[in-house]
Amino acid sequence: MTTLNDTMNLEKESQGIKKKRKIPSEISILLVLIGISIMFEILGWIFVGQSFLMNMSRLQIIVLQVSVIGIIAIGVTMVIITGGIDLSSGSVVAMSAMIAATFAQSSSWPKVLFPTLTDLPFVVPLIVGLAVGALAGFVNGWLITKTKIPPFIATLGMMVSARGVARWYTDGSPVSGFTKEFAMLGNALDRWMPVVIFIVVAIIFHVVMRYTRFGKFTYAIGANPQAARVSGINIDRHLIKVYTIAGLLVGLAAMVAIARIKTAQAGMGLMYELDAIAAAVIGGVSLSGGRGRIAGTVIGALILGVMLSGFTFLRIDAYYQDIIKGAIIVVAVVIDQQRQNKRKKTT
Amino acid sequence: MNSAAVEEAVPVNGAIPRDQSFEYVLEVVNVRKEFPGVLALDNVELKIRPGTVHALMGENGAGKSTLMKVIAGIYQPDSGEVKLRGETITLENPLKAQESGIAMIHQELLLMNQMTVAENIWIRREPKNTFGLIDHSEMHKMTEDLFDRLNIHLDPDAEISTLSVANRQMVEIAKAVSFNSDVLIMDEPTSAITETEVAHLFDIIRSLRKQGIGIVYITHKMNELFEIADEFSVFRDGKYIGTHASSDVTRDDIIQMMVGRSVDQMFPKEDVELGDVLLSVKNLTLEGVFQDVSFDVRAGEILGFAGLVGSGRSNVAEAIFGVTPADSGSVWIEGEEVHIKTPNDAIMQGMAFLTEDRKETGCFLSLDIQENIQSAVLHENFVNGGGFVDQVKLNEESEALCQKLRVKTPNMEEAIENLSGGNQQKVLIARWLLTHPRILILDEPTRGIDVGAKSEIHSLVTQLAHKGVAVIMISSELPEVLGMSDRVLVMHEGHVTGILDRSEADQVSVMNLAAQ
Repeated sequence: MTTLNDTMNLEKESQGIKKKRKIPSEISILLVLIGISIMFEILGWIFVGQSFLMNMSRLQIIVLQVSVIGIIAIGVTMVIITGGIDLSSGSVVAMSAMIAATFAQSSSWPKVLFPTLTDLPFVVPLIVGLAVGALAGFVNGWLITKTKIPPFIATLGMMVSARGVARWYTDGSPVSGFTKEFAMLGNALDRWMPVVIFIVVAIIFHVVMRYTRFGKFTYAIGANPQAARVSGINIDRHLIKVYTIAGLLVGLAAMVAIARIKTAQAGMGLMYELDAIAAAVIGGVSLSGGRGRIAGTVIGALILGVMLSGFTFLRIDAYYQDIIKGAIIVVAVVIDQQRQNKRKKTT
Repeated sequence: MNSAAVEEAVPVNGAIPRDQSFEYVLEVVNVRKEFPGVLALDNVELKIRPGTVHALMGENGAGKSTLMKVIAGIYQPDSGEVKLRGETITLENPLKAQESGIAMIHQELLLMNQMTVAENIWIRREPKNTFGLIDHSEMHKMTEDLFDRLNIHLDPDAEISTLSVANRQMVEIAKAVSFNSDVLIMDEPTSAITETEVAHLFDIIRSLRKQGIGIVYITHKMNELFEIADEFSVFRDGKYIGTHASSDVTRDDIIQMMVGRSVDQMFPKEDVELGDVLLSVKNLTLEGVFQDVSFDVRAGEILGFAGLVGSGRSNVAEAIFGVTPADSGSVWIEGEEVHIKTPNDAIMQGMAFLTEDRKETGCFLSLDIQENIQSAVLHENFVNGGGFVDQVKLNEESEALCQKLRVKTPNMEEAIENLSGGNQQKVLIARWLLTHPRILILDEPTRGIDVGAKSEIHSLVTQLAHKGVAVIMISSELPEVLGMSDRVLVMHEGHVTGILDRSEADQVSVMNLAAQ
């Protein structure tokens, strides 16, 4: 601001603010991921007699499983950064999947639900799925901003209702027999398609959160809603956008999931919301809002994926897997809490 | 329920026989308390006689509240001592103070809103029945007895949230009395209650005085001082000024003691040629908060807002800026009426608003300096078509501003919570300067920051006025308002009680309008 130059005469004294980039906190999470991978590698050689990492099909399965949760977790990350929470993701996966699946069926399938809706181009079910997810997200955002109920309650309501819609829509029967085109969404590129979609979505939202006004508003609202308001930010409108986008990503994840496994069931997506929240929290996203990055969430999702695969690889009982997973989530939040306390003490 | 059980469950704290072997029930001797950068209490003293009402007077920031927090055990003094009934005591925490017989009624009432009156009063001391469970009927009875003594008419089983502010105050008083305290501290108890409620409160205070309790009464209202207080002590800038009997002095004497000092040359106010009227506010009203507020500010003018905390100064600013829009009245900029419903509307009109509470409504504590500075310009020149932020340009301008304002920080990626108060304030000022405002509203721009940063901010404000910015400066620090302003607008209980020219505004004339 040149106008101040002549008035304050401070140029000579001001020493210039040094450029010094801090090491991003994602690096430490990445180190955890590498550490865990190496641990499984070593344990693999000891107990199973084979390599954990040098196995392409295992690695592919890990990233494929991570992709669906990862796409959801990116939306959830934005919601958590605003200071909110979204419990409805898992149920909305089922709702979007069930509704969109009925638009994706091939006429050659013997049990077609709606004979008039067969052999449609793949964009039709895709758009339907995205729209159902976005609508659910919009309703979440609308409830939170207009009725001022806590995000926990609004999305809890959506979680229960969306599951109900998923069951009611086909009376509980699964939907299969998709067109080849639609199935490509989950299997193209030598079955790497979901991973490609996940990476593209992650990059887009990484850029959005760091370099656009939308991203800056999201952080500002989570950091201090009152200050954000005084800065001229329309909080309600922005929150509705964030929840709608989070819902849209849930819809996308649902499409990828059913295209890959070639069937949609009302019971699918169970506990996905918690896995997505866990991925974000492990990735360093603060549940009190205003802090966290997409890159962290991606790594957090990978940590979850590697752990599950590793436990299975070591033939650890599924019950133990859940117990350990729960402990990891709690530990991640404890670490986050301690980081915050430390920050408070320094001021 | 036998009486022995009651006594066991309800320790009669501080029930030491009130003999008169001591002249003062509470004595504060040479107490000093320093906060980083601020000497809040400079070897102050205070002597309270039993059975008297002792008023504490002083401007905002004089040190009254800090002293009360020392007496109530919330702060520990750096040096000096507190004597209760003639004996030196150490108050490690509020509980210890309470058990020793010092009760404080805070300005912001600290009651549990979802619990009943009786539960609030007897918490931690609930009467128990033979099974060790809480005896609700006994608790009800105890509350009624207490209320009878104090002539309070409230249902012990009513939930606090259903009570008016005045009635909550009564509950707080009853609770304080239930400890059989020797010293009762009341921090501006009449700030939020009506005249008839004040009369009732004073009746209660008089009856407590008769029982030999020493009452410390903090107030800004002169007439209350003469009505209820026997003695008063004056504080100024953390220093003890003196103690007198209220019958010995006049209102002007007290104001003189409170404001005492002459305005020093700290404020680099320069005469600026005033331009046309830039902002004009007409009959602005927000029901129950402020009424019929009208004023003009011209280009290059600094209009000071004086008045006590709670007089509606900040609310007027919030209404103009669209944080809490007014119910009626109009705002005009350069002769045209504008309709500001949100802060965004105000920013678009070239307004900027540095809010009163840095932590609550100013800083994004988890974000860095750069992110804090740019939050108000993301609507404007720095965003291109796709919503992408021109970070390079923003970084350059923000950094230049930080250097001009001499923000002390290793780099722009430092979290704002690691900066001192003065530097945080400079960052927030930089946020608004980046919007190139033509109307700048500053609410307590120098509160809680050190003298160096303070004078830097003052000279900056003067320079902005030179550039033709219209400035509204709200401050509780009277010398600051008088030193910086071209004119001073004074508010009292939601009304503008006067707009004084620089030549006619002095501490006495402003205090007269502010305290009525």
